[in-house]
Amino acid sequence: MGTGTGIGRVRGLGSAKEGAHHWLAQRYTAVGNLLLVLWLLFSLISLPGLDYDSVVGWIANPLVAVPMMLMLVSIFWHLRLGMQVMLEDYVHDKGLNFLCILLLNFYAIGGAAAGIFAIAKIAFTGTAE
Amino acid sequence: MARTTSRPLSPHLTIWKWGPHMAVSIMHRVTGNGLATVGALGLVWWLMAAAIGPEAYATFVNCATSPIGYLVMIGLSWFFFQHLCSGLRHFVLDMGAGYELRTNKSWSIGVFLAGAVLTILFWSYIFFGKAF
Repeated sequence: MGTGTGIGRVRGLGSAKEGAHHWLAQRYTAVGNLLLVLWLLFSLISLPGLDYDSVVGWIANPLVAVPMMLMLVSIFWHLRLGMQVMLEDYVHDKGLNFLCILLLNFYAIGGAAAGIFAIAKIAFTGTAE
Repeated sequence: MARTTSRPLSPHLTIWKWGPHMAVSIMHRVTGNGLATVGALGLVWWLMAAAIGPEAYATFVNCATSPIGYLVMIGLSWFFFQHLCSGLRHFVLDMGAGYELRTNKSWSIGVFLAGAVLTILFWSYIFFGKAF
């Protein structure tokens, strides 16, 4: 603990030792989503078609599979943080809130894993054009 | 949070006149949670269907290109552009700028306009793209 200056007390010296991490991670992943989801939308509307062969052939390209995987991390991390704030605001019962956050963690990690696995399967077994 | 229900609460949401800044704020939460649930599940469904095979992918395409499917996709794209614009507004507010009443009001209206315009441009390109 600082010896008495105001700034000394707020520089990571509170009881929690940190506080801005959630807020900052929400912003970092927001920038990630901004770039990666716009990339996905622009890519989708520029593809010649969205049929099975076009889409699988496109995702199989490493230059597509890698940003797509990063996009899933960014999206599910961002929604994990955002939905946590929503639940903390609206679910007041302590036990129910705990359960909601538990399910949210399952959803965020499970969803990201499913999406990334799907991309990996296409990338490793699909036919790159 | 436990509280004595017989005690009055201070007035909250009900006493304020609605303004664009309040609408854009709650819409940020609504669009964010809509994208987090329906949007994220739709994205994973699309990827999983493509990973499983042509038949699963055909089922996804049938659902997505049904009238309800288009309604959901157009809704999600509007939610995305609205959330993107109000998110950019948050970055400006995070820097401590844009809190003057008039500025705040016009930027809030601007967020709604930009979200709608981007959605219209996006779908115009999809439906009439080759004409551009």
